[in-house]
Amino acid sequence: MTTETAIAVPPQSGRLPAWNARLPRSLFSLRSRRAAISVVLALLFWQIGATSSGWLGVRLPVVGALPSPVAVFVAWSHLINDRGYWQSWYLSFVRVTLGFATAAVVGVPFGLLLTINPTFRGISFPVFEVLRPIPPLAWVPASIIFWPTQELSIDFVIFVGAFYTIVINVLGGAQAIDIRLVQAARSMGASRWNIFRRLILPGVLPSMCVGFEVAIGITWEVVVAAEMISGGGSAGTAAAGGGLGFFIWNSYVGGAYPNIVVGMISIGIAGYLSSVSVRAMASRLTPWLRLR
Amino acid sequence: MSQGSAVAPLRGALRIDDAVKIYDPDGARLLAVDHCSLEVAPGEICIIVGPSGCGKTSLLNAIAGFHGLDAGSIRLDGELLCGPERNKAPVGPDRIVVFQNGALFPWKTNLDNVAFGPLVQGRLDRSRARDKARRLMAAAGLSGHEDEYPGEISSGLRRRVEIVRALMNDPAVLLLDEPFRALDALTKSVMHEALLETYYYSRTTIFFITHDLEEAIFLGHRVVVMTARPCRPKRIFDIDIPHPRDYGLLTSKRFREIAAEIATEVDEEALKSFKRGEREG
Amino acid sequence: MSVASDLETRGRAVGAEIPPEQPSSPRLTLALFRVEAWLKSPAPYLMVFGYASLLSFWYLSVEVLKLPRFAQMPALTDVVHEWFSRDPIYGVSIFTAVYYQHVLVSLQRIGIAFVLATGLGVPFGLMLGWSKTFRDYVFPLFELLRPIPVLAWVPLAIVMLPGDELPVIYLTFLASFFATGLNTMLGVRSIDPNYILAAECLGASRWRVFRDVVVPGALPFIFTGLQISVGVAWFSLVAAEMISGQFGLGYLIYTSYTTVQYPTLVIAMFTLGIVGYLTSAAVRHIGDWLMTWRTRQFAMGGRQ
Repeated sequence: MTTETAIAVPPQSGRLPAWNARLPRSLFSLRSRRAAISVVLALLFWQIGATSSGWLGVRLPVVGALPSPVAVFVAWSHLINDRGYWQSWYLSFVRVTLGFATAAVVGVPFGLLLTINPTFRGISFPVFEVLRPIPPLAWVPASIIFWPTQELSIDFVIFVGAFYTIVINVLGGAQAIDIRLVQAARSMGASRWNIFRRLILPGVLPSMCVGFEVAIGITWEVVVAAEMISGGGSAGTAAAGGGLGFFIWNSYVGGAYPNIVVGMISIGIAGYLSSVSVRAMASRLTPWLRLR
Repeated sequence: MSQGSAVAPLRGALRIDDAVKIYDPDGARLLAVDHCSLEVAPGEICIIVGPSGCGKTSLLNAIAGFHGLDAGSIRLDGELLCGPERNKAPVGPDRIVVFQNGALFPWKTNLDNVAFGPLVQGRLDRSRARDKARRLMAAAGLSGHEDEYPGEISSGLRRRVEIVRALMNDPAVLLLDEPFRALDALTKSVMHEALLETYYYSRTTIFFITHDLEEAIFLGHRVVVMTARPCRPKRIFDIDIPHPRDYGLLTSKRFREIAAEIATEVDEEALKSFKRGEREG
Repeated sequence: MSVASDLETRGRAVGAEIPPEQPSSPRLTLALFRVEAWLKSPAPYLMVFGYASLLSFWYLSVEVLKLPRFAQMPALTDVVHEWFSRDPIYGVSIFTAVYYQHVLVSLQRIGIAFVLATGLGVPFGLMLGWSKTFRDYVFPLFELLRPIPVLAWVPLAIVMLPGDELPVIYLTFLASFFATGLNTMLGVRSIDPNYILAAECLGASRWRVFRDVVVPGALPFIFTGLQISVGVAWFSLVAAEMISGQFGLGYLIYTSYTTVQYPTLVIAMFTLGIVGYLTSAAVRHIGDWLMTWRTRQFAMGGRQ
């Protein structure tokens, strides 16, 4: 396709009038349509597979044992009115926020100290590294033994999970700071405090924010698992008091399989919302990255 | 390698007719190339000089087929590359690009890089391609570096390997987009002589973009000065200094005269571009 | 003198130094030099100080000062004694077969899950990165499933899959698969487009570009992804073993907690750490070996 060259333009400017600026096509673009087709097909496949014992006579492996999307939707419509369900949301969110905030408050200074003080690094980093391969959940029993309340023991495990990620990302960000920037600052007579505050701190921010996003994901994983492990096995009322992870496990034990899926999707949404808020906060902290 | 082989090549004639290229970043339609017409003779070294961001790289990209033209046509040896019926030229080994920051594959040895072209085109099998690559590298003074990786050698050497990689395929046109920009002055002068040496051997048409006037005059048969964006040939200079050339002529009177003339033209455009705060393409 | 050899000499002067006298075994000499330099720096002594502090804190708080909060914690001496004794009180030490059984079972599960996740995840990620059509259709599903924490799948996995082993392996696989797939896709998308253009200029077909440019170009990202993948695999495996499983280190941790065999608990935790570290290091070394061009590039100190 060739556009006609009858474009009226003053010879030197080179900038054309935006008379056919791109139309907003995000909603109906090819990509959205394909995504929609995919999701619909997946749901159909799920529905057919889950109800296969009914219409096919034979229960398909794996898919056949699942609760169907319809059943899940029905369960959800009931749960929306169940106070206990929303209480689970609240409990899990509180745990995630507390655990994450504590990890950030401790982890960021710790990471920064590791960067700027070689002696501190020499002492602490090997210890840090040697304990890192132990998965956070392996700390659960030790945590229960140590801490007086179950809540604190869960929070400790969450803290461990998020702490490591945040520190590693602060370190990574600090290492990536261009040494020439530091040299330039020094040559302009900046004091050590100023270099730290105006150079290292902002320089670490992008990597730290990435670390936050990853950490919040890990936090959710740990919360769910900790809730399942510590509450697991106890038969209780539908969704009271344990958080979303406990809710899932309880639904399983109680045989309410559609509720399991509702719980899973709920956590997925909750996790996604958390990530988005962390990313938004990160964007506020690093405005210079937005101007591309 | 003989100095100045006598056979005049019959291929590599480029003809650009009335090319127009419009960029559309986020709705602000920018005219990059404005009715540009240019002819390059087969076997000629044609240097394009112009201020930053004037659109010369767009022209090169259109010749290479990396993007299309919005109007006008480009022909190679009479055959249409892109034009009214086909707005984007096909990318192929008849017009090979040597990139500004280098594009040697870091995961392949230098030898495998050089042998890449004929191998993937299916023209030679693996051992024959490597043999030919070895010979070409030796002829270009690069023996000893065959089994090293591009990350291990200096940027000057890397450029030379990249040029040899291109010439392995006997292209009709060699497109160079400020290839020596990132090199220091000493390395640059070696590279110029190396490029001319390989040119005398292969007589490929060379389409070379640069900012450096001395480089332009030293290498080129013709120097085309482009206007600030949108670009169009402003004035074309025939460099009447005979080939083969050597670096001694940088101080010759004729060289200095030409340099002064071209500088006036270029500076005028560069000032316009500077005032507008153009970003480099 | 011909121009070619003249060029060669000048080229050498510019681009390639004549290599100095090589010692007879350069690698060993270099390694020894590095060790010597390390020993002279404060690093090793600070490290020892760090470990010593941690261990003494543990020892003091539990056994000497007998702090009330630490009353239930297993003592350092008990743990060490237990771990290395020929006849351990709770039956698990480096001299008992059951210890290695647990380790091997966990390793086996990690192995199967990781191999599956890599074998499926890398091609999947490559396709996601390379083909817009595939990405448009499949990536939304991938991104919808990814936010669901892997461990939230535990009950569903038990329901869907028969037996005890399969759910555990499935959970471990899932975590690895997401990490590998995502990182591979990112690897493909972050390849410098000039490499692809250069390959196309040289006449490569789309398949050859994929094979010779995209795959090697994405390898660094893929291996970072694989290291992350091993990490999350252990994470999920331990949780899955603790919740529902027979044998394995996670299972050992949980049962030694419920049966109040605390020294074994600590032994299991440390073993987990060691094995986790070794698997991660193994992946990293395989990566370094496959990408010699990178290690050599970094060794040159980025001499550009």
